[in-house]
Amino acid sequence: MSDREFRVLSPTAILGYGFPEASFMNGLAKRPDLIACDAGSTDPGPHYLGSGKSFTDRAFVKRDLTFMLVEGVRRGIPVVVGSAGGSGAAPHLQWCRQIVEEIARENRLSFTLGIVHSDVEKAAVSAALADGRISALPFVPPLTQSDIDQSTRIVAQIGHEPLIAALRDGCTVVLAGRCYDPANFAALPVMQGYPSGLALHMGKILECGAIAATPGSGADCAFATLHDDRFVLEALSTGRRFTRESAAAHTLYEKSDPYRLPGPGGVIDLTRCTFTELGEGRVEVRGSSHESTPSYMVKLEGARRIGFRSICIAGTRDPVMIRQIDATLKAVETQVRSMAAGTFRGALHFHVYGRDGVMGPAEPLRSPSSHELGIVLEAISPTQEEADSLVSVTRSTLLHFGYPGRISTAGNLAFPFSPSDIRMGEVYGFSIYHLMEIDDPAGFPREIVRIHGGEVQA
Amino acid sequence: MRRSILDAARVIRSKNSGPFELTLDILFSSRRHYELFRARNIVTPELIGRLYGVQPRDVLGIVYFDPCAALKVTLRRRVPSGAPGDTDIYGAQQHAPLLSIEFDDEEGQ
Repeated sequence: MSDREFRVLSPTAILGYGFPEASFMNGLAKRPDLIACDAGSTDPGPHYLGSGKSFTDRAFVKRDLTFMLVEGVRRGIPVVVGSAGGSGAAPHLQWCRQIVEEIARENRLSFTLGIVHSDVEKAAVSAALADGRISALPFVPPLTQSDIDQSTRIVAQIGHEPLIAALRDGCTVVLAGRCYDPANFAALPVMQGYPSGLALHMGKILECGAIAATPGSGADCAFATLHDDRFVLEALSTGRRFTRESAAAHTLYEKSDPYRLPGPGGVIDLTRCTFTELGEGRVEVRGSSHESTPSYMVKLEGARRIGFRSICIAGTRDPVMIRQIDATLKAVETQVRSMAAGTFRGALHFHVYGRDGVMGPAEPLRSPSSHELGIVLEAISPTQEEADSLVSVTRSTLLHFGYPGRISTAGNLAFPFSPSDIRMGEVYGFSIYHLMEIDDPAGFPREIVRIHGGEVQA
Repeated sequence: MRRSILDAARVIRSKNSGPFELTLDILFSSRRHYELFRARNIVTPELIGRLYGVQPRDVLGIVYFDPCAALKVTLRRRVPSGAPGDTDIYGAQQHAPLLSIEFDDEEGQ
């Protein structure tokens, strides 16, 4: 077989994080066969999946997508974006789809848009639970029916198969719900017969933009050329390059075992993988393979609402109070609890910066040595009004609390803002983070939308 | 002589590996120090347990990664990301306890 190649441009680590226009144009000059980008993560926490909101900024998502769509469509380069809207559930996908259609209209673009959904019906998860087709990941409690019932939405991290189905349908722009990050990059080359191990490993590195280069950046482009037995990485801005170490070290990032990276339907095995510097900031990777698991598993993600939050931000500069901060906060909580009993419900948390605000109970240094402390008072209650009340009364109690030896009797807290109390709204928690066995990896619903001259065709 | 891990590592970092796990990476500056840490088994579940106030069984794995002379430790998050009482949603600032690791090094530099 001749030494064919497949060239991939990754604009940025997460759609909406931005990239320099010059890097993107450098990438286009290398005639990519695909522009792909991951748009999501669970890193920003459960709120976004639960509430249906994006953690990325609309204006910047539109900015990034405009470059990708305008140049991709005009040059006939397919564009694949997964985990749309950050969490990839129906409202996130819809949010991103509107941006795509807006860009198409403003630039009079013509293309076939594939929309791939990754929401999973609660009934399907319940049936899988009853059939023993759900398993828990490490440290995750076993799934229960009430976890499913309480979830506001559930998504599956889909693999490359549903993306390939959309590409086979003739879509040149594919927008997917929650998706295994490397799949965005691997779908088209795997469809063309390139080895899935190399394609997915390439995707695993490219999905973070230039983070795997040195110096790393999540707001810059990266480029890879895939062959049948290797792929080659390169950066696209001056001063940035790939090294053997930077590429290999990236394999560690956010994963629990760098040799075996589990994903939908299998594991990327890097046990025999080699990284070689080719000069000019390029790194060649060989030996990555993909092992299919006996049954095809996807990771489910779900979030449920656990209450409403209010906070208050304050500081103290008083050495007498700082010396007895633990006892003072405890006494304040006791007093608030007795006043609140039967009136308003909720949990109170004190985040004390300068003591253990970053590590909490895991902080090994137990006595604060700082001359000032930052205190975030936090209440989580079943209703917003109760959280507001709990924070308000805790703030006023702490402000005027008479701890032993107090010399600063006018007030214990410095507030940087008025109003001092902030409504944070709904609080969500991860309710589902489990594997589910599925029969058809490509069996996620998809829509085909024909857009001509910027207008969606009926 | 007794040395700090800062003499042997060029990167020490933490991050979520999903919402329920915290993963710690130590990238060594030299292969010699990487091999020394591996041969002497300096980082154990018991050490991580002491440094992070967790049980050794909460340490999911300690893996040495040859391609970039790195050590990876994955452990249970104190609470899942974003749960009430969490202090670090991304888990990106939980590396500091590792900075107190010391080791014996015959070849002073």
